[in-house]
Amino acid sequence: MSHDAPARENAAATEPNRRRFVDRLLGVTTFGMFGAILHPVLRYLYPPPASEASVNTVTLPVRASDIPANSGTIFKFGDRPGILVRTPGGDLRAFSARCTHLNCTVQYREDISQIWCACHNGLFDLNGGIAGGPPPAPLESFVVRLRGEEVVVTRS
Amino acid sequence: MHRLRAAVGKVLDWFEDRTGFMGLVMPLARKKQVPVHKHSIWYYLGGMLVFLFMLQVATGILLLFYYRPSAEGAFESVQFLMAQVRFGWLIRSIHSWGANLMIFVVFLHMFSVLLLRAYRAPRELTWLSGVALFATCLGLGFTGYLLPWNELAYFATQVGTEIPGVVPVVGPVIRTMLRGGDEVTGATLTRFYALHVSVLPAIAFLLISFHVVMVQKHGMSVPPSVERQGSSRGSIPFFPNFLLRDFVGWLCAIMVLASMAAFFPAHLGEKADPFAPAPAGIKPEWYFMFMFQSLKYLPAEILGIEGELVGVLGFGLLGLVLLLVPFLDRPDDQGRHRKVWTWGVYGTLAFILFLTYLGYTEEVPSSQDEPPAEAVSAAPVSIDGRSAAFRALGLAIEEADS
Ligand code: HEM
Ligand code: FES
Repeated sequence: MSHDAPARENAAATEPNRRRFVDRLLGVTTFGMFGAILHPVLRYLYPPPASEASVNTVTLPVRASDIPANSGTIFKFGDRPGILVRTPGGDLRAFSARCTHLNCTVQYREDISQIWCACHNGLFDLNGGIAGGPPPAPLESFVVRLRGEEVVVTRS
Repeated sequence: MHRLRAAVGKVLDWFEDRTGFMGLVMPLARKKQVPVHKHSIWYYLGGMLVFLFMLQVATGILLLFYYRPSAEGAFESVQFLMAQVRFGWLIRSIHSWGANLMIFVVFLHMFSVLLLRAYRAPRELTWLSGVALFATCLGLGFTGYLLPWNELAYFATQVGTEIPGVVPVVGPVIRTMLRGGDEVTGATLTRFYALHVSVLPAIAFLLISFHVVMVQKHGMSVPPSVERQGSSRGSIPFFPNFLLRDFVGWLCAIMVLASMAAFFPAHLGEKADPFAPAPAGIKPEWYFMFMFQSLKYLPAEILGIEGELVGVLGFGLLGLVLLLVPFLDRPDDQGRHRKVWTWGVYGTLAFILFLTYLGYTEEVPSSQDEPPAEAVSAAPVSIDGRSAAFRALGLAIEEADS
């Protein structure tokens, strides 16, 4: 077995290399293992998309002739609020009630005939346009149609 | 009496022989000396925070026996707790006032450390864990505020979670993660509940342990101004002298909290309704007021960048500077620190105080389209937060709907 000795010597010479290799392997595996744990946890924490299909049309439980001029009211548009406004001139208009600034729900102000957001004093005119305050964009407007006395609001 | 004491001593010895616990802890406690000088009073704030945290944990666990974390049940469960459960009002009021006091003391503690430059080497890690604790406390306050599921908290959370959303790319992801969806809903409440009663308290506990061990290891820092004059008044042992004084402070805190709870019990307000307009006068908790108020003054656009984004980046930068203070404030060759830092701290303090003051004094911020204040208070916002117009319609649209 004399040819064994050089082989063993050889092994000793490569030992640091082999050790480094094993260390790396261990490192990569550990890293991979943490990744394999972290990935499902992060995915778990990110909520799945809402199952409720986004609504495009709602019929409001209100008779058109019951809505006084210069008034506004909140209605449910799917899972979000909308605002239905009867202008002083008598037009019916509908907008998303989500303020474009930081998402508060707006309300109608009879005293100034404008749509007002209480959170940071944002103002919108009766076309949904910006009329003051911090909002960066107009309110999303919806289409209002009358079917007899029924008020039907549609996303345009 | 004598025999009893001997018996107790024997029992304690029996435990000590097996655990060796006292042998481990006492040298650490006895080693520390607390310097006595004109700024010594600030040394009591840390111990006060440890106590307030324990109090929050204790009262929080008591609240858990009645609290129900769902959009349908949360408000009613807190209502029940306040009205029916014996001393429910007391436990909840102490938790709520305790949270305010704790965050107030965190602010004091942090600013005192800044002004006395106690973050100097080798205490950088103590400072870093302290800033992390500050953030954790704000997180506990923010998540706890939503739990009663009332109107004010609902809209404060709506705005609060929208703010990180303005940051490009990561913002919307963070917002959805926080809300558990696109909107603030019952899913948000569940999340905040998990954060508030388990994740954040666990993080706070670990951070406090680390923080306290570091303080114990390095001992109390003596402010440079005192060091230069040479501290003549010496020091007192931490154990038991200083600790006993700490206890006196804790007793005072209990007294203050109990009186606040008795005279000003925690409010509940109206149940949150996602389909009601935001009521006038929505306000975040006072410790977020300065940021909320700053956002109000930012125009919609600054140099082509969205105003909110500028605000968020500004506060983010402030937070980063705060975190890095020990590494940025380097002494010069003579070991002197630059005065800019002191002025910077006073400036920040003045900014925070001024904006908080504005936030509470102005009825409604002025804008040229804005009617006078009387018209505003007469605005169609009734107690139940719905517009008079809404009720004039007489048909509670959402009731018919749901
Ligand atoms: C350590 C600092 C803590 C802070 C700053 C804090 C803060 C708050 C705040 C501000 C509220 C809302 C109070 C109200 O308006 O009624 C709250 C509620 C609550 N907290 Fe904490 N909390 C802390 C720790 C804990 C812990 C450790 C637990 C439980 C393990 C807990 C459990 C609860 C529960 C169940 C509620 C809802 C009941 C209610 O609102 O009355 N809290 N907390
Ligand atoms: S959320 Fe409407 S003005 Fe800020």
